[in-house]
Order: sequence, then C-alpha cells, then structure tokens
Amino acid sequence: MKTFIGKQLYGDFGEQEPGGEIAKEKKAMHDEDAWPLWEVFIRSKQGLDHKHAGSLKAADAQMAIENARDVYTRRQEGVSIWVVESKHIHATNPGESESLFEPAEDKIYRHPTFYDLPDEIKHM
Amino acid sequence: MLTDSQKKNLLIDFVLFLADTNLILGQRNAEWCAHGPILEQDIAITNISLDLIGQSRNFYQYAAKLLNENAGASQLPHNDLTEDSLAYLRTEREFKNLLITELPKQDWAHTVLRQLLYSLYSQSLYNRLLNGHDVQLSAIAEKALKEVAYHIKWSSEWVIRLGDGTDESHERMLIALQALWPYTGEFFIAATYETSITDYNVIQQEWSEKLTPILIQATLEVPQNVFMQKGGKQGIHTEHMGFILADLQYLQRTYPGAEW
Repeated sequence: MKTFIGKQLYGDFGEQEPGGEIAKEKKAMHDEDAWPLWEVFIRSKQGLDHKHAGSLKAADAQMAIENARDVYTRRQEGVSIWVVESKHIHATNPGESESLFEPAEDKIYRHPTFYDLPDEIKHM
Repeated sequence: MLTDSQKKNLLIDFVLFLADTNLILGQRNAEWCAHGPILEQDIAITNISLDLIGQSRNFYQYAAKLLNENAGASQLPHNDLTEDSLAYLRTEREFKNLLITELPKQDWAHTVLRQLLYSLYSQSLYNRLLNGHDVQLSAIAEKALKEVAYHIKWSSEWVIRLGDGTDESHERMLIALQALWPYTGEFFIAATYETSITDYNVIQQEWSEKLTPILIQATLEVPQNVFMQKGGKQGIHTEHMGFILADLQYLQRTYPGAEW
C-alpha cells in the first residue's frame, strides 16, 4: 500500500477546515499548469533599457502586468513594464556553449582597448 | 447656526469615519497575508491593504491634530492623542467605519467584490474632498485617488474574471453579491457629521453608473428590493466588530506603549 506523506505548513489550511475538500481545492489552485509563466522586464528610469527582473504566474497578459507591478515595482523599481509569456522565449542550448562562446575568448583585439583616447572624450 | 467648535467636532467625526473605514478594510484584507490563492495575488491584496492603512494613517494624524487643538471637547481624556492612540485605544462604539468593511473576509469572491464596491464609493467621496474647502483633506484625497484608481482596476477585473468564469466562480460571485449588497445602502446615507458632502444622491448615481457596466460584463445581476443595513457610521456595528478590534488592539492593550 502506498502512503502519501506531505509536509504541511502554517497557512496551508483555512481556519475551520482540517484539509479534506479544501486541501484538494488548494492543490488544484497550486497546480503547476494552472496559470502560465511570464518573464518580466522592468525599465528602472526613462532612457534606460528594460532589464529582466524575474518571472511570475498569471492567467493573461493584463494580469501579468498587474502582478509584475505588485511584485517587482513596489519599492519604486520601475517606470515601465514588459511581460512576455516564457514559452515564447527561445534560448541557446547550454550544450552548445563551447562552440558558441569559447571562440571569442582569444580575440581580445575586438575590445576597443588598444586606442589612445583624447582627454576631451569623457564617456567611452 | 453651528458654532465654530461644533463645526470642528463634526469635522473630527468625519475624519475619524474616513480613518476607521480604511483601517478596518485594510486590516480585513491583511488577513489574506500568507493565505492568498497564489503568491502574486497574495502580494497584490496586501499591497492594497497597505494603501488603505496608509490612507487611514493620514486621516488619523489629521484627526489627532484637530482633537489635540480641541482638547477637552472630545470624549477622550487626553490632549496628547496620536494616530496610534486613535487606532488602538478607542472602543467599538467609537469606531465609525462602514459595516461592509468589518464583515469577515470569506472567499476571494467576497474580497474582490467588497473592494470594488467600496473603492467605487471612496473614489466619488475623495473627489468631493479634493475639490472641497479643507486643504488637508484635499491633499490626502489627491494622493489616495491614484491608489483608488488602481484598486478599482484590479478588483473590477477580478469581478469580471470570476463572474464570467466557470460555473463555480460565477456561483461564488453571486453568493458574494447577495451577501454584500445589503451593506451598500449605508454608503449614501449622510451621517450628521458629513456636512461637507451635500450631494449623496449624485454620488449614488455616479457609483451605479460606474458599477453597472462592470456587473453586466461579469454577467451578474444586481439584487432587487433588498433590506439595507446601516449603523456603522454612527458606531453601531455587527457582531464581527469586536473580534477584529481584539485582533487589532490586543497588543497595545496588553502591553501599553509597546514598540517595535
């Protein structure tokens, strides 16, 4: 016979119900597939790029933006938010890192560090 | 004609009504902390809770200032009142919050619907304060209105999402609407201290006009011929009030002056 042992934490149950139906309901709500994952990009101030801030769950794009506002900008971190569903992001394969990135290692001449810059140029 | 002192007492009661209403709803929403349906919404509802408590602090600070200037005229025996003593050391009958704010949080449907019903009302009320004669209330309202606009957006989307959602979510929204509707009548009955709000009939009309399209989209029908509860504005509360005050005030009453 299989025994299912789960860790239970404070807050897992409502005040009155000792698990049962509520526990099942909670499981359904916390089902990994219930809401899709979204990636969040925040622009910290005008003129700067949007930077990846993290990810979150939301039912649709509107909710994802609002969730991002509540989760990632509550300490004045941003002036603009982008969200994109994580499944739409295509990434490099870690297994191909060697062929993709290592060839650049010995090409230090691609860094513009071999020039003498005039003093008048401040931002390089 | 009212004397200046009488006018000031009415203003103090009005400011306390605003402070108490926001504090109690903030406290109720804070009960979701660590119990939210999903992490992101747990943070969303507690953010709203903090907005409401922030608004109540502004009102309490103003009320304390007025009361201290008016020392002796109040029911309280001190002249060194603070926002904390007003929140933590007044009794049930002294609290003037709307009844709807003290009702138990129940499920998510009750919570988002209550937020919508109240925020639509407070938006109209704050707009009156913004354009009113009292500079302090106008400044508080200006800041609060930005927060309220977001609360309305957030809660209306949830009401539509659940109302026009699954059979179960629709059913739960209907139950919430029937439970909360009797507590909306009180919004529009001016208490004697609401001397600066003279157009509650217009406010009620605004409220309905903002609410109706949301409920239509949520496929929810407004209950008809409902008996409306009242009393909160006068300090006559439901049986839930004592319990929430016990939660809220326990620490200060047991360990007077305790600080973080």
